[in-house]
Amino acid sequence: MASKVIHAIYTDDDVLMQAVKDTRKAHYHIGEVYTPFPVHGLDKAMGLAPTRLAITSFMYGVVGLAVSIVMMNYIMIEDWPQDIGGKPSFSYIQNMPAFVPVMFELTVFFAAHLMVITFYLRSKLWPFKQAENPDVRTTDDHFLMEIDVENHSIEELSKFLQDTGAVEVNLVDKQE
Amino acid sequence: MYTLPNKLKLFAIIFMVVGALGMVVGLMNAPGSKEEVKEMLANQEAHHGESSVHAEEVHHDEEHVYHLYHQLQNRPWSAIYVAAFFFFMIALGTLAFYAIQHASQAGWSPVLFRVMEGITGYLLPGSIIMFLLLALSVFGVNHIFHWMDPELVNPESDKYDYLVAGKAAWLNTPGFLIRAAIYLTGWNLYRYFSRKYTLKQDEEGGTHWFKKNFKISAVFLVFFIVTESMMSWDWIMGFDPHWFSTLFGWYVLAGMLVSAITVIAMVAVFLKSQGYLEYVNNSHIHDLAKFMFGFSIFWTYLWFSQFMLIWYANIPEEVTYFVSRIEDYNLLFFGMVALNFVFPLLLLMNSDFKRVNWLVIGTGVLILAGHYIDVYVMVMPGTVGASWFIGIPEIGAMLFFFGLFTYIVFSSLTKAPLLAKGSPFLEESKHFHY
Repeated sequence: MASKVIHAIYTDDDVLMQAVKDTRKAHYHIGEVYTPFPVHGLDKAMGLAPTRLAITSFMYGVVGLAVSIVMMNYIMIEDWPQDIGGKPSFSYIQNMPAFVPVMFELTVFFAAHLMVITFYLRSKLWPFKQAENPDVRTTDDHFLMEIDVENHSIEELSKFLQDTGAVEVNLVDKQE
Repeated sequence: MYTLPNKLKLFAIIFMVVGALGMVVGLMNAPGSKEEVKEMLANQEAHHGESSVHAEEVHHDEEHVYHLYHQLQNRPWSAIYVAAFFFFMIALGTLAFYAIQHASQAGWSPVLFRVMEGITGYLLPGSIIMFLLLALSVFGVNHIFHWMDPELVNPESDKYDYLVAGKAAWLNTPGFLIRAAIYLTGWNLYRYFSRKYTLKQDEEGGTHWFKKNFKISAVFLVFFIVTESMMSWDWIMGFDPHWFSTLFGWYVLAGMLVSAITVIAMVAVFLKSQGYLEYVNNSHIHDLAKFMFGFSIFWTYLWFSQFMLIWYANIPEEVTYFVSRIEDYNLLFFGMVALNFVFPLLLLMNSDFKRVNWLVIGTGVLILAGHYIDVYVMVMPGTVGASWFIGIPEIGAMLFFFGLFTYIVFSSLTKAPLLAKGSPFLEESKHFHY
């Protein structure tokens, strides 16, 4: 289905932030904003739901911790106990301090890597993926706000966007 | 301007009076002679119904009585020392944190400067008390520093201690007092001038005093990191004169900073709840809570680094430190690790929780309790050994110094406006937003 959207292009992040706030106040629907760098506070201004990435990260960390405990128990206690530095591996709890660095590292490893992978999946990023940004200038020094036209008057909307400080306002047919 | 509420004043004075009573009772109850200790032991045995004493145990008993006598004599003094040091260390840690704000030209914190200056108001009284306590030990009023016994470094004596004698170049009483005087003078001089400069800056504006403050803060931080480390060897590691740890200074510093930042957050939340500090918003509290979280993890990292290396190497002269703590102080020793690590980790991990005032205060109480116990477990095994107990002397000392600290901190908050209006970064701080 093809829908009409308007691309408003800005050259300054502060102007963009104000424009996003004004656009939302005027009850236009912002589809997406493309920026060359993360703009602090933009997610809140756009009214996006808070990210749940931190929660997944915590859960991955717990998984990593569990994996490290089970792994070290299998390697060092059950399968092949070794006497290192006069500390025979008879029981897990007695040798636990030696395993803490492993527990720490695997917690961090799982939390970090799985969080990044989740982020890629959630943002639909994978190798050979076609770039979604509609204007290459958004990878350099321009900011682009995409507004759904819906049943608003195009002239009024363009006028409004120009007033918010857009340097360019284009009407685009968007292929879904 | 902040005025000291009468209720708070009364509250602090009640704590001081009750605490002072507890300390006096503790000092009076310490056994005055070995005979008293023997009597006490006999009474205990009578209670247990073990009347038969074997002949060969008598000599052992003599030694036991001798040790127990000294330990029980040390107990009220150690309790006072722990409390005095803990509250002194909060003021000192706040001073270091404050100096970091100036030296790094931080933009978020100027609205909290006067809170920090209020807390460092305790530095001078705390320093005087610490110096008096150290001087009392040096002049033999109490014997909590075992190495100060001159017999230990006398090769003729049968108590001659080869290891302590080898450290006599550092561990000697004149040097000990001179060093303490140098540390305390340096820290108090910085506190005095920095406070003076920020007040001048409020009057005159501009950046002249700001620049001066920047310079002395940078110099102070260099002086502080060296002297703080030496202070931790002198004032705490000295309780176990045979033992040494190369990261001890860092360990004490981490505990000091986390306690200090916790107190800054608590005082800020308290003043805010009374309707002061209009420019402090929940982003400032969020930042302080992040520091509480971060330094709690840092403290645990150092605790574990110290523990694991010594545990793994298992060298007798090093490992005794942990053996005595794990055998005689098991619950306190591991309990405080849980208080200082697990609770801050889980309670302050969530970003939103760091802006909830009551959660920050609640976690703060746990952190302060944990670090109080940490200081207790650092000091007590070297002074009272296994005869520790948390009773009237310990609680009394804690209450007294808590009351004194509260009283001095809040009365020094009344001495200047609560907003450091001359700071060039004030606007940034007012609009600080996470």
